[in-house]
Amino acid sequence: MTKPVSKAKPAPAPVAGHNAVPLKLRVPEPKARPGQPADFSHMTFPAAGATRRPDVSSKSDDMRDLAYGLVRVLDESGTAVGPWAPKIDPEVMKRGLRVMMMCRVYDDRMYRAQRQGKTSFYMKGTGEEAVTAAAALALDDSDMLFPAYRQPGLLFVRNWPMLDMMNQIYSNAGDRLKGRQLPVMYSAKDAGFFSISGNLATQFAQAVGWAMASAISGDTRICATWIGDGSTAEGDFHHALTFASVYKAPVILNITNNQWAISSFQGIAGGGEAPFAARGIGYGLPSLRIDGNDFLAVYAATQWAAERARTNQGATLIEHFTYRMEGHSTSDDPSRYRAADERQKWPLGDPIERLKQHLIKLGHWSEKEHVQQQEDLEKEVKDTQRQAEAIGTLQSGEKPHPSTMFEDVYKEPDQRLRKQRQQFGF
Amino acid sequence: MSSMNMIQAINSAHAVMMEKDPKVVVFGEDVGYFGGVFRATEGLQAKFGINRCFDAPISEGGIVAAAIGMGAYGLRPLIEIQFADYIYPAFDQLTSEAARLRYRSGGEFTAPLTVRTPYGGGIFGGQTHSQSPEALFTHVVGLKVVVPSTPYDAKGLLISSVEDDDPVIFLEPKRLYTGPFEGHSTDGVKTWAGHPAGEVPDGHYNVPLGKANIVREGNAMTVLCYGTMVHVALAATRETGIDAEVVDLRSLVPLDAETIIASVNKTGRCLVVHEATYTSGFGAELAAIVQQECFYNLEAPIDRVCGWDTPYPHVFEWQYFPGPDRVGAAMKKMMEA
Repeated sequence: MTKPVSKAKPAPAPVAGHNAVPLKLRVPEPKARPGQPADFSHMTFPAAGATRRPDVSSKSDDMRDLAYGLVRVLDESGTAVGPWAPKIDPEVMKRGLRVMMMCRVYDDRMYRAQRQGKTSFYMKGTGEEAVTAAAALALDDSDMLFPAYRQPGLLFVRNWPMLDMMNQIYSNAGDRLKGRQLPVMYSAKDAGFFSISGNLATQFAQAVGWAMASAISGDTRICATWIGDGSTAEGDFHHALTFASVYKAPVILNITNNQWAISSFQGIAGGGEAPFAARGIGYGLPSLRIDGNDFLAVYAATQWAAERARTNQGATLIEHFTYRMEGHSTSDDPSRYRAADERQKWPLGDPIERLKQHLIKLGHWSEKEHVQQQEDLEKEVKDTQRQAEAIGTLQSGEKPHPSTMFEDVYKEPDQRLRKQRQQFGF
Repeated sequence: MSSMNMIQAINSAHAVMMEKDPKVVVFGEDVGYFGGVFRATEGLQAKFGINRCFDAPISEGGIVAAAIGMGAYGLRPLIEIQFADYIYPAFDQLTSEAARLRYRSGGEFTAPLTVRTPYGGGIFGGQTHSQSPEALFTHVVGLKVVVPSTPYDAKGLLISSVEDDDPVIFLEPKRLYTGPFEGHSTDGVKTWAGHPAGEVPDGHYNVPLGKANIVREGNAMTVLCYGTMVHVALAATRETGIDAEVVDLRSLVPLDAETIIASVNKTGRCLVVHEATYTSGFGAELAAIVQQECFYNLEAPIDRVCGWDTPYPHVFEWQYFPGPDRVGAAMKKMMEA
């Protein structure tokens, strides 16, 4: 039998100095929601060229300000200014522009393929292309990458066949991953590209382990990894920073702050009170906040961090301040939670437009060449898509053999797996 | 051949593998300079250098994640989680990452790590130093789960685990570290000295994963057990006088179903004993296999003696621990059926 519930007693009278004011919970809210105009007025950035560039051997204590600054190289007119402006071959910039444009064309085609029912899922990286392309170009091709899921540019920089990527998107018979992974969760060991998990943040601490192994082995290769602003709230982020700091691991820890984690803005992830880069300070890690839509800033910061890693000076945390121009994935509709005109009003522009403007200004590029390249890329992606679809899509064509479902659980299938495969009919 | 307790045998397995394979690296909380809270890694840092055996932050998720990254690089990490009760912060890295890396990458990347961790009660460790979480890991495809019951097996199984190319959870029955324990709380401490399985080869040898050990042949019934409970089952067999066949599973994944089935088909009775909690314990899996494969030879319902479905209570250590009295009572009841 339950006891009768006693009547609630009235709240005791407040005692001076003891919770005299009723406590209130703050749940962070973005500046604008659907139906309201986008508002980025609270974001104030130092001018391009204004943030200092310390020597790579500076102590982390002497560069704490960089976590609160913003490394910017390209100014509003498209000119590279300030101490971070890298010495970079125009051909590398042109390559970067091509990779970024390829990412966007590829994203658009694959997104459309999902809408046409040819696959189950896709995630675009629109607006974040520089974070990936510039970093990959600033690293050696032999360096190891532990990517997040919005980074096809890493594979494009390393000349990984696009057909292989599309076969993965379609889970067709050409998919080396045998149709086991959600689209975009690539794996390309020969390109130094670690298998993408889909469980957020796990790769961050694994990358530190890879870098530690490289150091244990007296290797010369370093490692880079990426995480989203949202998943910095996972324990793995903090495990990674702890291990990177303790063992001075030769790793570059990148946070892609694209402002949104599905529907929650960066304030929910913890970016409201301090920049994500500032989290590195407590670990004694040099920490940079940079303009992630500025190809040259990403390139320069990655070079700087790579030099630190290569000379046994340890890890660097880099927050790439950028913007997710599209929805989280094909399963998302951002018009339900954010202002419709955010993309247009994003104060740091479009990374492709900005690098294009810079190259034109330097006399290495033209509008005409740009239009031609766009056409060429569209044709290339379309032709490759045709080849992939000739093998199959998720809905049609040739698929991996069903018996492969039982492979690779272990190196050799154990007795129960052999038995289950037989029950399954193979 | 030397007389070793289980800690010394485990330590020896480390030394043998670190000597044999420069890719074997050892780390964990307190394992470096100090040699581990149970001394399992004593002397390894001095012998093999600080880059081969080192201390880790109190960050089980970080330890396992770093080991996965090292495995992807090509090393063969042999790591310690100080108590199995502390392994849960690493659960995501073990179950979503280590266990599935080979599968999700189509065999491109693997996680050849061995995660050693002391488990089980009988040491007055309370609810944070006594748990037996094996079933959480046997349920995860892609992981192997190994439990030794003697110094000889511990060394041979650990070497096999390190040499295995898949991730292995290696659960060490901490109550057996210094001596065999039959489950009577009032017994004095026995040592491994003089026990046949306390005689351990100094060099390299394997005890294969997936091969059970019939530690006592018998015809009246089969007792399936592993770890500490092997010794408890032997004591219960002796004390009841029942001619039981005691099968030490040694590894739960892969499981030696063949030996289990042959034994129960011979004896017609099956008791499963484990220290872990009853519901959804590994005993349920064993009972299901025996039911399906041996049904027409069974003379009595399959039974289980396990830890009660409560957290491990500090003060009621011996009421919780499935000792020989409880095991013996279940054996007698089964013979009466």
